[in-house]
Amino acid sequence: MNDSSDVRDEEFIRLDGVEKVFDVRRRTGFLRREKHQVRAVDSISFRVARGEMVGYIGPNGAGKSTTIKMLTGILTPSGGRLRVAGIDPSRERTRLAQRIGVVFGQRTTLWWDLPLIDSYRLMHRMYRIPDARYRANLDRCIELLDMSELLEVPVRQLSLGQRMRGDIAAALLHDPDVLYLDEPTIGLDVVSKAKVREFLRELNAERGTTVLLTTHDLTDIEQLCRRVMVIDHGRLMYDGALSGLHEVGESERTLVVDLERELPPIDLGPSARVVRVEGPRQWLAFPASESAAPLVARVAADYPLVDLSVREPDIEAVIANMYASGGDLLQPQAGNS
Amino acid sequence: MGQGRLYAAVAVSGFRRHATYRVATAAGVFTNTVFGFVLAYTYIALWDERPGLGGYDQAQALTYVWLCQGLHATVAAMGRGMEVELIGRIRTGDIAVDLYRPADLQTWWLAGDVGRAVFHLLGRGFVPMAFGALLFDLAVPSDPLTWLAFLVAVALGVVVSFAIRYLVALSAFWLMDGAGAAQMSALAGIFFSGLLLPLNVFPGALGEIARALPWSALLQMPADVFLGERTGVGLLETYAFQGAWAVALLAAGRLVQSAATRRVVVQGG
Amino acid sequence: MGEVAAGADERRTDGVGPVTDGIRGQAGSRLMDGLRAYRMIAAMWIRSTMAYRASFAMTVVTDFAVTALDFAAILLMFSQVDVLGGYTLPEVALLYGTAGISLGLADLALGSIEQLGLRVRDGTLDTLLVRPAPVLAQIAADRFALRRLGRLTQGLLVLGYALVVLDIAWTPLKVLLIPLMVLSGAAIFAAVFVAGAAFQFFAQDAAEVQSSFTYGGNTLLRYPPTVFSKDLVRGVTFVMPLAFVNWLPALYVLGRPYPLDLPQWLAFASPLVAAVCCALAGAAWRVGLRSYRSTGS
Repeated sequence: MNDSSDVRDEEFIRLDGVEKVFDVRRRTGFLRREKHQVRAVDSISFRVARGEMVGYIGPNGAGKSTTIKMLTGILTPSGGRLRVAGIDPSRERTRLAQRIGVVFGQRTTLWWDLPLIDSYRLMHRMYRIPDARYRANLDRCIELLDMSELLEVPVRQLSLGQRMRGDIAAALLHDPDVLYLDEPTIGLDVVSKAKVREFLRELNAERGTTVLLTTHDLTDIEQLCRRVMVIDHGRLMYDGALSGLHEVGESERTLVVDLERELPPIDLGPSARVVRVEGPRQWLAFPASESAAPLVARVAADYPLVDLSVREPDIEAVIANMYASGGDLLQPQAGNS
Repeated sequence: MGQGRLYAAVAVSGFRRHATYRVATAAGVFTNTVFGFVLAYTYIALWDERPGLGGYDQAQALTYVWLCQGLHATVAAMGRGMEVELIGRIRTGDIAVDLYRPADLQTWWLAGDVGRAVFHLLGRGFVPMAFGALLFDLAVPSDPLTWLAFLVAVALGVVVSFAIRYLVALSAFWLMDGAGAAQMSALAGIFFSGLLLPLNVFPGALGEIARALPWSALLQMPADVFLGERTGVGLLETYAFQGAWAVALLAAGRLVQSAATRRVVVQGG
Repeated sequence: MGEVAAGADERRTDGVGPVTDGIRGQAGSRLMDGLRAYRMIAAMWIRSTMAYRASFAMTVVTDFAVTALDFAAILLMFSQVDVLGGYTLPEVALLYGTAGISLGLADLALGSIEQLGLRVRDGTLDTLLVRPAPVLAQIAADRFALRRLGRLTQGLLVLGYALVVLDIAWTPLKVLLIPLMVLSGAAIFAAVFVAGAAFQFFAQDAAEVQSSFTYGGNTLLRYPPTVFSKDLVRGVTFVMPLAFVNWLPALYVLGRPYPLDLPQWLAFASPLVAAVCCALAGAAWRVGLRSYRSTGS
């Protein structure tokens, strides 16, 4: 539906030199306090096109949440220009609220003591969702997120994974154009994670919902986003494809191999190197951009293999590698259109 | 000996936990001072009308007001102390963890509550009292021994208060609504501790009963000691009264505790 | 989906700021939005409370008992004296009842707002900010508790007792003054609740400060002004205008002399004072919320 060459669709979310400066007071003595400024977000510019699914990652305290809070109208930027669907979030918070859905992984937007369905009924009326639309959206969420058993359960009795599904459904009942997800898979078990990812993929494909996702789990990004932005110390460090990030960050994945017995370090030539040996278990590092399959095949062929698993590089390691490799990491996609 | 050190550490952590809420403490002091003002004027009106009411002169009555405002947090006359947390742990089943700890449950919670009480005495006790002394003529004792005797009475009051609240909290093992019981107990505390009106102003049989109930050990008795109404044998009688309630209620707490423990063990939580 | 929403109006606003459809129109529609959201959220909580009728009945009774204790203390005082500050028990009961009803109404409508500091601290205030309804309405209606009817009922009973026992030379003005006083008083207390919540944007643990003005104010207003020092009466008349909650109108009803030689027409000034208080509290709330949105804490 968005194949028209509308320029605005190309910059559905648009940030130009957005800044957020906090005054922080630190207690330096019994009564003395020192005031200094922290730039949580330091002149960030980017565009997100309608229907894009973008990962927004960075270490703790990098400015991710502050950016999301500015994009949802919770926080007012200290400088720069910011538009979401043409709306200035801080000035027209409630109008924007009709167009966006927000999921905070760490805290629920649902009413804690009430059955899930009561929260949905309230959303229905608060967002003035037409009845037919509400029912269709709710039915769809119930089906895809497997929630039919949960509707009458008070939110506080839901497991983390159930609650997250409930929260995602709540954020989508009013057909938002943009969905912000702040750590949507944090603390979830593997099955719940998979379910959530599958749902988001479908949502994006079918409805063209624009999704901005912050996460600690690179697998989320890998499975959902073609584009990833990395923020650190309030600055955009990288904006481009995930594969590019691995190249720039020279990040490595780890193959954890359990052998039948203690053996000398596995030798697979230059494609992987053993970084740790602990009894029969060995850790092999290999470039994240390469497939694990040939390695696994070789290990299985040459060694008495009991079990193995692949560990993804964590974001902190990737970013540390980005710094280590030095240079100008930021691709020129951002900030010049 | 090692056990003693354990409970001392629990008490210190109870102190520290409450000491972190600086703003809340300041806000509490402010509120107590405001209520102190309002009550002080009503007491002036009351004692103007009936000088010597309840055996107090006006200065004593005013001292009583400010003393109660400074002290009611220490003896948790209005509740809102450890019992809320304990009820929560019982309801969620976390209490099972506490029961398997190599420490006595009652002493453990008592130690924490003593730490809280010491903080509230220091953090919330002096400022309202100082305000009161600044603006009204108060009957503050000059004899350091009276102060010492007063502190002993306060300590006993804290133990009685704890023993009551501990019992109330344990009721959550049997009652669905432990919070309701805590609220009822707070109600009794407010009324029968003398926080609203000194118990010696209560008329007739109601007064007799109120003065015999354990809550009178919380505020009325420490206040009477402070005001020099209890000296010599009277002082010892006061201590005996407070001590007897403390022992009786703590013992009752132990009984209930062992019944509750059996229940947890049998039902597995 | 989305085609409809990406309509022409939003294009117009891009870069120009919000649609300028008149300040008054916006404020009016915000008020309507707020009331609508409040009604919906409160209704949901009432429905959910009613699911547990027995537990609900018990909490109402407990709340009633808590407030009844205050009147018991006054009865105890009057068991020892005939007048307090020159006022008889029924006269004090009139003051007690009117102040209690006003606070009860304000507490019923806005009591939940005390949780603001807590919500700032645990971050759940953010979840209210992403919904299309005014934050004040959302937080005030949250956990809407009908059990607070207990306090209100008690105030009504005591006022009823006072009106039956008192020998008042009723005039139409005095009759009119009773509901006017109670409602204006409720509005003044409501303003205190909102201003206190606004203060919590800056001091998150300071919930008790507002209770010293609401519950403390209520305690003050139960007793006649003759009991208190002139400075205190001046303070609650001109600085923190609690005297307009019930003192000034009630003294007119009772035909009692005014404190501080204040003119009698002030008995009818309560609605005006309430309106000013509400406007100031609203401004304080906006300042607080703006500060939160610029500091995030």
